[in-house]
Amino acid sequence: MNKNRTIKVDYLARVEGEGALHVRIKNNKVTEVKLKIFEPPRFFEAFLRGRHFTEAPDITARICGICPVAYQMSSVHAMETACGVTVDGPLRALRRLIYCGEWIESHVLHVFAHRAPDFLGYPSALEMAKKHGDLVRQALQLKKVGNEIVTVLGGREIHPINVRVGGFYKVPSKSDLRPLVEKLKWSRDAAIESVRAVGKLEFPDFEQDYEFVALRHPNEYPFNEGRLVSNKGLDIAVREFDDHFVEEHVPYSSALHSTRKARGNYFVGPQARYSLNFSKLAPVAQQTAREAGLGPVCRNPFQSIVVRAVETLQACDEALRIIEQYEPPDAPSVQVHPQAGVGYGCTEAPRGILYHRYRLDDRGMIINAKIVPPTAQNQKTIENDLRHFIPDRLSLSDEKLKWQCEQAIRNYDPCISCSAHFLKLDIQRE
Amino acid sequence: MAVKHKPKLAVWKFASCDGCQLSLLDCEEELLAVAGAVDIANFPEATRAVVRGPYDLSLVEGSITTPRDAERIHQVRRASKYLVTIGACATAGGIQALRNFKEVKEFISIVYATPGYIEALNKSTPISDQVFVDFELQGCPINKYQLLEVISAYLNRRKPNTPPYSVCLECKRRATVCVMVAHGTPCLGPVTQAGCGAICPSYNRGCYGCFGPKETPNTAALAKRCARIGMSDPDLVRAFRTYNSYSEPFRRESIAHEQK
Repeated sequence: MNKNRTIKVDYLARVEGEGALHVRIKNNKVTEVKLKIFEPPRFFEAFLRGRHFTEAPDITARICGICPVAYQMSSVHAMETACGVTVDGPLRALRRLIYCGEWIESHVLHVFAHRAPDFLGYPSALEMAKKHGDLVRQALQLKKVGNEIVTVLGGREIHPINVRVGGFYKVPSKSDLRPLVEKLKWSRDAAIESVRAVGKLEFPDFEQDYEFVALRHPNEYPFNEGRLVSNKGLDIAVREFDDHFVEEHVPYSSALHSTRKARGNYFVGPQARYSLNFSKLAPVAQQTAREAGLGPVCRNPFQSIVVRAVETLQACDEALRIIEQYEPPDAPSVQVHPQAGVGYGCTEAPRGILYHRYRLDDRGMIINAKIVPPTAQNQKTIENDLRHFIPDRLSLSDEKLKWQCEQAIRNYDPCISCSAHFLKLDIQRE
Repeated sequence: MAVKHKPKLAVWKFASCDGCQLSLLDCEEELLAVAGAVDIANFPEATRAVVRGPYDLSLVEGSITTPRDAERIHQVRRASKYLVTIGACATAGGIQALRNFKEVKEFISIVYATPGYIEALNKSTPISDQVFVDFELQGCPINKYQLLEVISAYLNRRKPNTPPYSVCLECKRRATVCVMVAHGTPCLGPVTQAGCGAICPSYNRGCYGCFGPKETPNTAALAKRCARIGMSDPDLVRAFRTYNSYSEPFRRESIAHEQK
């Protein structure tokens, strides 16, 4: 094997959007790792200027077709804090419910369509379906239930139309939600089975000392609300985000790299949420996680597939609880009157914290906007993982090493169109 | 009848949110049937296996916004026998075409600290501005049943049945009371192409035009009506400047109100 080589993955498959990886190896040492995102920039933060505050949920949803609900949630919360409004009661519960739908849909897509084929040795779920037909059909059914929640509440699964600043345009009746109950009971069982199934996969022995960052709420597993915390001492309100995190523009990527000031890279997403909030999971999710071999903290990114399956279970369980307790509110939304000021919103997208900040004038027109998506925040951590992951695998052929690197990246379910901003793999051995 | 070979399907992505190609994965009930009828030859969001072209049916998502993509679309066209654009980005330039009304340099400097690193064209343009397109499927996002209709029509060598009439007909068909007439809620339904199933009015909000212009839309008449129920010229500019802002009828109407 050549001691110096370059490994390139020119087009990373089974990630959302476009990216590439460039790795340089000199004398069997990894000298350079660059995760390049070549998703064409779309300039959302620029054209949001001059738009009305009520337009932000629909416009920012278009940043990502996989997690539009996350964009809608972070933007409505930001606008509501700018205007001094709190949305509570059944409306708040319905927001959690639509988020459950998106988590189920997005996580199941990742676990079964993007990640399981790697572990089982197939190029895609469709190829996998030829041998594991029942597994794929069950996964598609589970994903469909997630989509149905989003459709009942949002009108459609991609870019839902029913979310507005202050609540919803129309809220469901109890009978609108009832058909979901039986389906969710089936889904909860299917999710338990899938946690068990993915828990049995073989994971490389690879743990890192990460700084996990996620929301934490006193008595809920986080979706929409909480303080931003980490396992290394961070504990701040959402409005303090800009004091603690910075974005950098690197020449090889159209996604900005986000770091913790004076600290460096950090880790957001299901594994961070899980490791910081294990005690807030429903008892059934905690128990199933333990049975699948997960402790209350998970530092092996390859096990993120199990964590996502656990969160799918959590979302099914939470959705059932919300529907069972649901009493329709008097009005589908609370009135929001614009006022000049700054609003901050941070919610837990399927891939991790999604931060929005808007400055409004007194007519509710957006003066400026800042959006920090999860994948941008994980880029440096992904690069760091690869720096530690590759040295033990240098004896592999370029082709095998490439596939391994791709998997180390897919652990993060990188959503490249969100990061505007992703995958080709290029390993250079010199 | 014995089928000689399964047609090769390819999915291509340009500037977009991935939502329209996700619609294919969202066909949970029908996905395995589609996978059985075609050979999925290139679909990076779903598979790492790539089959070499040429491709019988190419689905193209996203708009052209970079010099590199302006070249890549020609390669895609050369490798494709039948090319279908899916969604508002590929068909009309998408939300990112809002830059077409401004100075792109200014946009880059708002978002990026080092504008020199960013390569972007001045305009975000639809695929048909660059190459010949066999069929355009509108919507932000597209409707998955319309996508299945396009694939099914292609397999059966017939024309896709995607009606060019307005959202109003879909409202009537599902017996939704007109939100504009009954509640004075501004609605782009009369000038917007059907296909979504008239979702917004059934949720008590006006259509916001995500499916783009219908055939022969009378945008000026609608704008007048919306002005009478309280929309100002800047409101109208913004209403026509969303996901299909660079489609000719919506572009013309928004410019008319900007100049007032």
